[in-house]
Amino acid sequence: MDEQSVIEARDFTKKFGSFTAVDSISFTVAKGEIFGFLGANGAGKTTAMKMLTGLLTPTSGQARVAGFDVWHEADKIKRNIGYMSQKFSLYNDLTVVENMTLFGGIYGMSMPEIKDKAAQVIDKLAIKSFKDRLVASLPLGFKQKLAFSVAIFHRPQIVFLDEPTGGVDPVTRRQFWEMIYAAAENGITPFVTTHYMDEAEYCHRVSVMVEGKIMALDTPAALKARYDCKNMGEVFLKLARNPG
Amino acid sequence: MRVIKFLLRKEFKQIFRNKAMLPIIFVMPVVQLLILVNAATFEIKNIDLAILDRDHSPASRQLTNKLLSMGYYRLRARVASLKEGQLLMDQNKIDLLLQFPPGFAAGLQRDDRATVMLDISAIDGSAASIIYYYTNTIILDFNTGIMQRWHNLPEQPGLPLTVESRFWYNEELDYKNYITPGLVVILVTMVGMFLTAMNVVREKEIGTIEQLNVTPITKTQFIVSKLLPFWIIGMFEMAFGLGVGKLIFDFPVVGSVPLLFAFAAIYLVVVLALGLLISTVTHTQQQAMLVSWFFVVIFILMSGLFTAVENMPEWAQKITAFNPVTYFMQLIRMVLLKGSQLQHVARHFLVISAMAVVSISLAVFTYRKRS
Repeated sequence: MDEQSVIEARDFTKKFGSFTAVDSISFTVAKGEIFGFLGANGAGKTTAMKMLTGLLTPTSGQARVAGFDVWHEADKIKRNIGYMSQKFSLYNDLTVVENMTLFGGIYGMSMPEIKDKAAQVIDKLAIKSFKDRLVASLPLGFKQKLAFSVAIFHRPQIVFLDEPTGGVDPVTRRQFWEMIYAAAENGITPFVTTHYMDEAEYCHRVSVMVEGKIMALDTPAALKARYDCKNMGEVFLKLARNPG
Repeated sequence: MRVIKFLLRKEFKQIFRNKAMLPIIFVMPVVQLLILVNAATFEIKNIDLAILDRDHSPASRQLTNKLLSMGYYRLRARVASLKEGQLLMDQNKIDLLLQFPPGFAAGLQRDDRATVMLDISAIDGSAASIIYYYTNTIILDFNTGIMQRWHNLPEQPGLPLTVESRFWYNEELDYKNYITPGLVVILVTMVGMFLTAMNVVREKEIGTIEQLNVTPITKTQFIVSKLLPFWIIGMFEMAFGLGVGKLIFDFPVVGSVPLLFAFAAIYLVVVLALGLLISTVTHTQQQAMLVSWFFVVIFILMSGLFTAVENMPEWAQKITAFNPVTYFMQLIRMVLLKGSQLQHVARHFLVISAMAVVSISLAVFTYRKRS
């Protein structure tokens, strides 16, 4: 694994019975790059991500995340990643500050560190008036931004975002992507799955998954040139319609 | 340790923010004790009685009066025919029909022999046998009286052998002394099992479990943080239930209360681990609820709360050997009513400790951060 890559997967595979959800994928992600993981529903994006984050045991293949082996060093991987799942997964019955305290505490941050960081997040998201309210009462857009902030609260090396902007309005999506960029500039590598093709354009590099396989992997500009398309949407449709 | 502290704080906040929680902890025990102790009675007090007296003699009237004076019977009707009596029984209006045939008194006087007929409604078999037993005893007593008078026997006939019985540990056979501690056991079991069973699966349903599983928290930290709050609530429930029970029903406390709580402390580990196990293998709160009901109902019915384990068929008794509730049920009665000490209940402690080790190992083994 070279110095600059934070994720490296080789022949990474997951089978559920006779169904192959992730079929021998190989790729590397460089430190600080925004990596887009594209694919239709059911293409295997979430399964691949769950294996990388240690939620699922792979069937075969190798992968190193943040320098650690997914087979044997899952616990070390977990200390160095953040994760925001498809489902909103902060605690609705805890307040904004309580959620941050809980996750900060789990990752071993000290109380002053947590307080400091929480104040920063509250300031950045401009949610001062919400800070002692239950998360359940927050508007969806705020919830998503908060979930992202909590996922990177402990300054992980990589943050995995599984369709983070589902159901969110365009303005909030825009703000969300600004947060992703800011995180990347701070040395946190964002690994994003999405099926919004306009969002794919924001990524430094994208991979397109079809039926468990990675069909293409390059910068958006290079992919558009190769497939002679105006935008990523067309690239995606071309690949998804003519697999192989 | 520090991580557990954060997790525990989270659990307690969530538990007490749940609006259903306080009623479950404080109202449920009181209601359960108040209603169930009074309802789960084995005493037969109000036996509804009809009398078909075809004799109309002083003797039949004497026996009737003797029955009614006992306070257990309520005279519902004096009927003129068997048909009328049967109708009342069909309509569930009476439990017992007492018939004096014509010539009852004459029979008694002429040849010391007369028959009364008891028809007992046996819809509830155990109630029927108690009614039979009560009524029979009263009639026997009446018999003895008659024989003494007519044969001019001395008041105290010098029978060679008399039986004097005494009921140990519960002299008046007050079923409340026996049912109330049992219900406290049930209460602790239900609260412990249901609350834990619903907890982890709820996080699964909402999706927060995934967020916890991608963090570096260990299995032990997770399980301790999930079980400790309910262990504390369970111990509190035990104290609260016993306190309320004592206040209302004033059952005797002969033995050592600390001994009882020491047992409860281990017992709760078993119950909570089972709850956690259910929560781990199910996917929705609904499934978890159904599975835990299944176990709780079997545990309770086979615990000896209502029916003594000794009366069960042998195969059923073998099953109760694996029922944690049975051990607590026996122990709480032994300690409270009999004053049993550690050396008397050492076997109960051994068995429940073994069950605790097995169930917690199973729960730890089954719970996986990675699927």
